[in-house]
Amino acid sequence: MSTYDTSDIRKGLKVMMDGSPYTVVEFQFIKPGKGAAFTRTKFKNLLSGAVIERNVRSGEKMESANVETKTMQYLYKEADSFVFMDTSTYDQVQIPSETIGEDALLMPEQIVVEVLFFNERAVGVTLPNFIEQKILATEPGFRGDTATGVTKPAKISTGATIAVPLFINAGDTIKIDTRSGEYLERVGRA
Amino acid sequence: MNLASKKAALEARVAIRRAVRSWFEGQGFLEVETPARVPSPGQEVHLEAIPAGEARYLITSPEYHMKRLVAAGLPRIVQICRCWRGGERGSHHEPEFTMMEWYRAGASLAEIACDCEALVEVAARAVGHWPALDVPASRGREGRPEKLGVQAPFERLTVREALSRFAGIGLCGDESVDELRSLAARAGCNLGTAVHWDDIFFQIFLDHVEPHLGRYRPTLVFDWPLPLAALARRKPDDPVTVERFELYAGGLELANAFGELCDPVEQRARFVEEAEQRRQRGRVVYPIDEKLLAALGDMPPTCGVAMGFDRLVMLVTGAESIRDVMAFAADEV
Repeated sequence: MSTYDTSDIRKGLKVMMDGSPYTVVEFQFIKPGKGAAFTRTKFKNLLSGAVIERNVRSGEKMESANVETKTMQYLYKEADSFVFMDTSTYDQVQIPSETIGEDALLMPEQIVVEVLFFNERAVGVTLPNFIEQKILATEPGFRGDTATGVTKPAKISTGATIAVPLFINAGDTIKIDTRSGEYLERVGRA
Repeated sequence: MNLASKKAALEARVAIRRAVRSWFEGQGFLEVETPARVPSPGQEVHLEAIPAGEARYLITSPEYHMKRLVAAGLPRIVQICRCWRGGERGSHHEPEFTMMEWYRAGASLAEIACDCEALVEVAARAVGHWPALDVPASRGREGRPEKLGVQAPFERLTVREALSRFAGIGLCGDESVDELRSLAARAGCNLGTAVHWDDIFFQIFLDHVEPHLGRYRPTLVFDWPLPLAALARRKPDDPVTVERFELYAGGLELANAFGELCDPVEQRARFVEEAEQRRQRGRVVYPIDEKLLAALGDMPPTCGVAMGFDRLVMLVTGAESIRDVMAFAADEV
């Protein structure tokens, strides 16, 4: 555990505030003509994702946050947790389903993810921005039906239901943005 | 570095300098040059002067010597010169920058405010941007670009009005540190380890007030609390505030003006107090400028103002960073 002051502030610096780990996403040196220097800083809460702005006065100390990210592969699901393997040490860890939340529905087995640890405990999983998945089931499509903006639900094997264009069929492979859960394009046909 | 990309900004800089010089000449100002290396660079608690050999420092502003000229009988003087402030670096700060400072003997602070309005117009017209200026996203609220109308009159607020409107607190100016601390807590400020009156004040001000100032039109903020007086005189009808304004425009703090304190006794007491503050905070304590104190007794009632020239250029050209309007920033030297 170490402490930082405002001169250490840079993007990606991880600090503790009010008991939660935060990372610096943006910062600016400000100084009123007759006052002390401050660093106007945007911090993102690594647990909730919420972004807050604080003006940190020069000389204030901040405690480093004991957080690290590890690259891990998703192996299999158990009753109420998911089992991951550290790709460099082959250590396995269990992460509760509630920590992963809705991302679990977009997480195929074998996928490699970034797992965030806070005080040695896994607290979050970041999927790759894009995944490709096969459509399990959807209403049959119509060849040539490329009307934009009209969608239908389609189920993928990881469990999520994605809004897809009408021309998509069961067995097609599609590309999905995991951040929004949205369909991007068809990458393979049934 | 691509100097060519700065060509337009450097041309704008020259056009603005020429236009403001001509305006000052038309107003009967004498342009002066005062020393850049001095033994007493100022005692302000939060300014770090850069040592310049043989018990000399580079000026953080030309204030002391310009006041001596006013006291010596020059009623209207202006200077556009380099100043240096150690440790200041950011998108609105460079350790070496250009200050435009002027004094009017016998004038009121209201007249200086009108000078500021006129000079922003002169600068904006010099680069063909009038009356609406583009404020880039980095200086806009919520990170969005906005427009700034710079026709006179600018908005005029007192510090008390601004704190009441934007922070929801009533401040007199004579609060104790503990009273100020509880006002800050009410406003939801995170004070950290702040123990000094001015640090608590600026936490409130920066958290809640400053982001709202100078939006859509420039704002002149008058009547600062006595603990932030620096070299300003007290208001006779309201002795816990001083005759001082700050000008904010488009996310920039552009100028600071004083009804100049001419009382050598009160000035000495403030220098001693500021030196003590510097000592407590572990900062270098500079010698008191005895020649300035000796001259103050001869100074007629005067108002003076310092405007950041680089920031004026940023304002009217829509620049995001101060380095965009300088030929070389400190890390390019």
